Amino acid sequence: MSDRGGMTDGSTDRRGWPLWEVFVRPRRGLAHSHVGSLHAPDAELALRNARDVYTRRQEGVSIWVVPAAVITASSPDEKDAFFAPAADKVYRHPTFYQVPDGAAHL
Amino acid sequence: MYGHHFPEPDARPADGLLDQVEAAEAALRAAAARGRPDVADGAATDTDPQAYFTGLIEADQKIEPRDWMPDAYRRTLIRQIAQHAHSEIIGMQPEGNWISRAPSLKRKAILLAKVQDEAGHGLYLYAAAETLGVTRDELVDLLLAGRQKYSSIFNYPTLSWADVGAIGWLVDGAAIVNQVPLCRCSYGPYARAMIRVCKEESFHQRQGYEILHTLAHGTPAQREMAQDAVDRWWYPSLAMFGPPDGDSTHSQQSMAWKIKRFSNDELRQRFVDMCVQQAEVLGLRIPDPDLRWNAERQAYDFTQPDYAELMRVISGDGPCNRQRAAHRRRAHTDGAWVREAAETYAAKQAARSAERLEVAA
Repeated sequence: MSDRGGMTDGSTDRRGWPLWEVFVRPRRGLAHSHVGSLHAPDAELALRNARDVYTRRQEGVSIWVVPAAVITASSPDEKDAFFAPAADKVYRHPTFYQVPDGAAHL
Repeated sequence: MYGHHFPEPDARPADGLLDQVEAAEAALRAAAARGRPDVADGAATDTDPQAYFTGLIEADQKIEPRDWMPDAYRRTLIRQIAQHAHSEIIGMQPEGNWISRAPSLKRKAILLAKVQDEAGHGLYLYAAAETLGVTRDELVDLLLAGRQKYSSIFNYPTLSWADVGAIGWLVDGAAIVNQVPLCRCSYGPYARAMIRVCKEESFHQRQGYEILHTLAHGTPAQREMAQDAVDRWWYPSLAMFGPPDGDSTHSQQSMAWKIKRFSNDELRQRFVDMCVQQAEVLGLRIPDPDLRWNAERQAYDFTQPDYAELMRVISGDGPCNRQRAAHRRRAHTDGAWVREAAETYAAKQAARSAERLEVAA
């Protein structure tokens, strides 16, 4: 729900309970993905609260909690400079290549 | 949706609420895959921020937390999401009132789960609001100080067990009709939170409906109790959609920003049209002598709720406003020692593990 990742203000509230980002692995074989965030005084309580808030209906088999303050994020404002190098390298995609007729299993 | 332990509702009509939520979720994924038609993500964006923002909205793309957005858009969202979060938190009270008196252990367990869901919904929404640059503590303080509103419906009392049923059927039903379109709201974190909330709300509505159905088919006294609850909750539920379109102050701009997708009156009509058939199945009467099908409009004509009453309740003069606020303040104060203890414990553990590290080094 919150993906302010790396945004510094709001990562610690006035009473000192840090913000944690919650990642859940829905089932064996799938990667953890971000499901939301919560405030908790420490990692253990963050984990317990995450269980109660985000997996009440068996939505997960594993949870990670990460202090929001330690996440470093790229900024959308920088996407020009940051992601531009990929834009002119279409040869990284298989669709760039023409496969001669008759070549199988390519 | 969350796996195999839950019966698949095969008999569900295709336009069921869960289908609408799933359609919204699919639309969200499709929009993300489509990207912005004229400017690919990752391309240079030297257009002015307002034009870029408007372009995103027009292309049905989501606005994300660190995108530039007009101040008024940010303020509107904070106000709306906070109000919504507060409603979930205050909304625990009318039903919480019946947890200890639920008629069976099963009903008690279900009601507990429902009230717990509402706390969770409040949390998802506070988290969504926090992405806009406010802290949850600030919002909680505004609620406690009475400086931000919550839904007027929670200022009505729950006088009998049947009220728990009526709240589930009518109040949660109205909330879902309001909230399903919010799954398509232009602000990403709010839309994603609403998808989650709506999926959980549909359990709430069904459990309420089941309570009323059981009572309506029970003894004459139980039936009367169910009818009495519907009589009292019907008009306040209609009022949940807000003032009529002509008097709604925030509507137009919110529609342009795609925060809001339908007008108050459109949603109210949709709710009435849904309820009529559901009331027939319950065998209960909707307390409106002028409720009748209008073939020309292909919709039901109905009596509007008393909007003067709505305004009175919103401005603080409902049956339970003071009680709700006082209860929330008391709960917050009573919980202070728990928050302090958890914080002290966390600090102590952190200090100890730092010591251990030093010894080991």
